[in-house]
Amino acid sequence: MNLALTHAKFQIIEVMRIPIAVVGSAFWPAASMLAFVVPFAGDDPAIATYATASMITFAVMSTNLFQYGVGVAEDRAQPWDPYVRTLPAGALPRFAGRILAGLSLMAVSLLPVVLIATFLTTATVTPAAFLTAVGVTVLIAVPFILMGLAIGYSLPQKAALVVAQVLFFPLAFAGGLMTPPGGAPGFIEDLAPYLPTGGAVRLMWAAVGEYPVNPGSVASLVAWTIALGGVAVWAYRRDEGRRFS
Amino acid sequence: MILARAIEASRRYGDTLALDHITLDVAAGELVGLLGPNGAGKSTLVNLLTGIRRPSSGRVELCGSDPRLPAARRQLGVTPQETGLPASLRVGEVVDFVRAHYPDPLSRGELLDRFGLSDLVRRQTGGLSGGQKRRVAVALAFVGRPRIVFLDEPTTGLDVEARRSLWDGIRSFHADGGTVVLTSHYLEEIEALAGRVVVIGGGRVLADDTVAAVRGLVAIRRVSLTSAVPLPALDGLAGVERDGDRLHLLTPDADGLVRELVRLDVPFTDLEVRPTSLEEAFLTLTQPVAA
Repeated sequence: MNLALTHAKFQIIEVMRIPIAVVGSAFWPAASMLAFVVPFAGDDPAIATYATASMITFAVMSTNLFQYGVGVAEDRAQPWDPYVRTLPAGALPRFAGRILAGLSLMAVSLLPVVLIATFLTTATVTPAAFLTAVGVTVLIAVPFILMGLAIGYSLPQKAALVVAQVLFFPLAFAGGLMTPPGGAPGFIEDLAPYLPTGGAVRLMWAAVGEYPVNPGSVASLVAWTIALGGVAVWAYRRDEGRRFS
Repeated sequence: MILARAIEASRRYGDTLALDHITLDVAAGELVGLLGPNGAGKSTLVNLLTGIRRPSSGRVELCGSDPRLPAARRQLGVTPQETGLPASLRVGEVVDFVRAHYPDPLSRGELLDRFGLSDLVRRQTGGLSGGQKRRVAVALAFVGRPRIVFLDEPTTGLDVEARRSLWDGIRSFHADGGTVVLTSHYLEEIEALAGRVVVIGGGRVLADDTVAAVRGLVAIRRVSLTSAVPLPALDGLAGVERDGDRLHLLTPDADGLVRELVRLDVPFTDLEVRPTSLEEAFLTLTQPVAA
């Protein structure tokens, strides 16, 4: 555990020394809020609240998919990475450290979304629902972190970028992040609860509003988390740094 | 006690065979130099022994177990490539990061002091000179009080004074019972430190002997001449290169070769004898004689 904290600490230090990286990851979620949620859904408290929850889920997915998918693939190409693999630690502290660092940086990039929702829309939550939503945000981040790690450890840098880009929009759309609860086309309403994005956003909606928790959807989110975790650990074990051919 | 061992270890990258059934033991207390040109398989061998890669076939052991297990690496120290230090971290932070992985590491002050790096503790590694990075990289190998260290080109790019002081550091680690595996393509560095030299070429062990014996082995001379007629069969040729009508004969015994040319009445002009570089000597060790 200490070692995980050490890995997390140094990753955060590294990112913070390049402040533009932090600003960059906070920019898109905030900009999307301003461009889509504030003008179109800002006046109806229920819709604005759900839209904010969707936007947070969207930001959680995209920051983690890119931060880990592309970040890890980039790190693997650095000569520092094989050195760290000679230190007496297994996969777990590095994984846990990355996840802790990722959560902290994700919190930084979500902060503007929450502030915009509070001051520029009519979105409201009770304090209890807010705390629940924070907890749910952490939980739903886990499958996307693992998805990112699975991509980052199994693919070379350029391929990882492409795969992250190809995955992220269909996942967002088919998961129902672009539409209000119940408002997506029929086949997406049927499919969405069982996708990681759909399962995640439904938990968020349930946390901030009256949306009912769907046990099947929760179970499939747990199954996704376990499966993606398995792929990520497998990819890490099989990884030997850069690929040569 | 054998600290590092390869048994019939091979490693392929796609179609390329980087290591070809290598068998090697490094006993506790040895100071072994791994010598070979770039691409010979040195780094691949070190990568297998330090757990970064796994052999395609055969077996490797570190401190008696599989180097891919974290526990096997507790008494291991490795130099990172100096170009790979995380640029935005300070020297002190990099040391602390590495220290956190070992049960009983040297204190930060002690390590930096030992390698003359105390002044650099607050500097970001990205801003260090090449020589300073090199010294930080070598120091990192010693953080965890290792029993065995793998040093990759430890003094490449250092000035004479820094090189001497680093060599002294390596010698004193060895004198205290530490085991060192040193890779280099400079014979001079290996000569200064190692008792035993393993020459690697084409993925195989070409020679495994004392420094003096290997030095004799690679002491190949190049006899160049121009001759209008094809040469007769000659004894003791390690290799022949043709460059237009100019012939370069590689041989361990230049005097004998010239005497034989004269005795056989071979017409030649522009005779030239000079020592080969280590690189050329390696090539003659690596390639089968094709006269």
